[in-house]
Amino acid sequence: MFFTYLRRELRRRIRQAVFIALGLAVGIGLVITVMAASTGVAQAQDTVLHALYGVGTDITVTKAPPANSGGPFGFRVGGRGSTSAQRPKAGTKFSRSTLVNRALGPLSSASVTAISRLHGVAAAAGGLALTDLTVSGTIPSAPAGGGGGFGGGFAGPASFKTNTFTVNGTQLSAGEVGPLSSGKLTSGRTFTTADASSDVAVLDSGYATQNKLGTGSTIDVAGTSFKVIGIVSQPQGGNPADVYIPLGRAQALAGMKNQVNTVYVAAGSAAGISSVSRQIHAVVPGATVTTASDLASEVTGSLASAASLARNLGKWLAVAVLAAAFLLASLLSMSAVTRRVREFGTLKALGWRGGRITGQVLGESVVIGIAGGLAGIGLGFAGAALVTALASPLTATPGQATGSATPGGARAFSGGPGGFGGGPGSAGGPGGGFRRLFGDAAGAVTVHLSATVTVGAVLLAVLLAISGGLIAGALGGWRAARLPPAAALARVE
Amino acid sequence: MYELSGVTKTYQKGRATVTALDGVDVVIGDGEWLAIQGPTGHGKTTLLQMLGGLDRPTAGVVDFDGQDLAVLRERQVNRVRARSIGFIFQTFNLIPTLSAQENVEAALVPLGTGAAERRVRAAQALADMGLADRASHLPYELSGGQQQRVAIARALVKSPSVLLADEPTGNLDETTRDEIIGLLEKLWHDHGLTLILVTHDSAVAARAQRTGLMRHGRLSIVQDSREPASQAGGSGAL
Repeated sequence: MFFTYLRRELRRRIRQAVFIALGLAVGIGLVITVMAASTGVAQAQDTVLHALYGVGTDITVTKAPPANSGGPFGFRVGGRGSTSAQRPKAGTKFSRSTLVNRALGPLSSASVTAISRLHGVAAAAGGLALTDLTVSGTIPSAPAGGGGGFGGGFAGPASFKTNTFTVNGTQLSAGEVGPLSSGKLTSGRTFTTADASSDVAVLDSGYATQNKLGTGSTIDVAGTSFKVIGIVSQPQGGNPADVYIPLGRAQALAGMKNQVNTVYVAAGSAAGISSVSRQIHAVVPGATVTTASDLASEVTGSLASAASLARNLGKWLAVAVLAAAFLLASLLSMSAVTRRVREFGTLKALGWRGGRITGQVLGESVVIGIAGGLAGIGLGFAGAALVTALASPLTATPGQATGSATPGGARAFSGGPGGFGGGPGSAGGPGGGFRRLFGDAAGAVTVHLSATVTVGAVLLAVLLAISGGLIAGALGGWRAARLPPAAALARVE
Repeated sequence: MYELSGVTKTYQKGRATVTALDGVDVVIGDGEWLAIQGPTGHGKTTLLQMLGGLDRPTAGVVDFDGQDLAVLRERQVNRVRARSIGFIFQTFNLIPTLSAQENVEAALVPLGTGAAERRVRAAQALADMGLADRASHLPYELSGGQQQRVAIARALVKSPSVLLADEPTGNLDETTRDEIIGLLEKLWHDHGLTLILVTHDSAVAARAQRTGLMRHGRLSIVQDSREPASQAGGSGAL
């Protein structure tokens, strides 16, 4: 009787039932679409973050450079044996290459070991993010009474060229975490532990292409020739180093023995990340500990806008539409009950209990809710497909926090007040500092948004549909059940 | 069967207090047929609702087989209605989405009767009303007389002891009216039902054992054709 009565009743007011179901479907479809878009945005963020961090890296540990590290930077043209009194002759050609670490403060290699032993840490690897700076040019004519050495300045117009590329000293024994972990080897091989003290390099594919380098080529790093053993392609958005060399060799060339400037950490579980962060702060005082969520908050551009849109406007829009759909369903259910007052009065006269009548109304509403839910799931999938098809590519610009291990952090580094060159008549001039060296590589990353409907979203939709039906039915049923039968039977239709 | 004493029903209509029933005292015996007449708005239907446990009096006792319907819990009153009281309405009150068969079955649902037994009993009740061939028809596919016969089948399928009929012929033409009243009379006679019938129609009321007149919420017996033995059963009604 329950199902017969339910089926017949729904068939009688099919238009109203369809209308309510469609209302719920729109609300639920919107919820699914917003959730799918949010999932897509999250996946896009993950893509960017993985590229920045390396797959598997949950935390990076860095240190801000010392306060005076951005000061004047000078070098001598005459080689190691020259003195300030031996000014090179005008017209002398020179070229000097050096590895510099100005972006990040040094960390002891021991801190890598200490971090790797912390509770909740799955792996830790040290890295040395450096810049190879090559300055070349011709010595201009000296002014009368000019000081010796490069730092003394030159009166003539500067005719220096600078060439830079980024170098990453990579710890070879921790391949699962670190800057190379997210890269894909396109040619040759990557490092092995046997390469620890070898002059071998792995190049970023972009840099290799740009400079027409390949496996077997050689590249000069800080005046030392390195053999290219492999080419690696990093994910988009990573702003990868141009050249990777063994950490030990980078330390030696940069004069940073037993020092790193980045520690890449993989946590045992996502839940343990905050605990690991706290422990790292304790063992490495003054360190900048950056987690994926910190990094996500530093990402700007339309990806961040989309995330914010999905998080705020999308969520509240979905909630508002869903609430409106629930309200509509409830009102229409109440209205249907009002029209059936005499019917319910008759059933009460036959001895039907209020609970049975409530159950009947509730059953009808739940069926409508489920139909709305199924239609809503369909609409949600369609909405997600539409978002995927119509969404413009999203751009993400990594954060600019000084001291961060991210490429963005490196880009934020400035050469400081003195800039390149030093003193009066300097070659670099004001503001010619290192920002350019690092910052040129900075750029917005384009990520395609793919709205993904998850099982969780579908389950939520079913839950919402049943809830919508229950809410609407409960209100209608409650009203039907509490009608005094005499009053119900007296109602004129 | 019924013993009503001092049954009063008042309700508020705006600021005015309306007295629908004003101290009704009546005893209705088992197997009695009582017709209640009276002008519209003088409390006939309200009295019928008190007898059927559809409403509660403001004051007084509605004793039904030793139970005061005025104070029983809703669940208990429901049970009394489900088992013992059949209703027939002027507008038939069939569930429009259910077939004649299903409408009759609906009366057995609160008794917990199984689906198979429901089907058999409903089909038999319809056959008794001469509607076996209309069992699958929806109410709107039936004439007024047929609908009322379905309603009677629904009222009687559970074998109640009381049949309460509120203007059962009010919406029917004269021929159908006579047909329905004849049917009710036969059922009353054959099944030993207590039949309490509200009507405006004097021709219908004339066929009852007793006729009461409701005026201003008070009931007075104006005709009593019961045999002395039956009258004794009525314990000096009114």
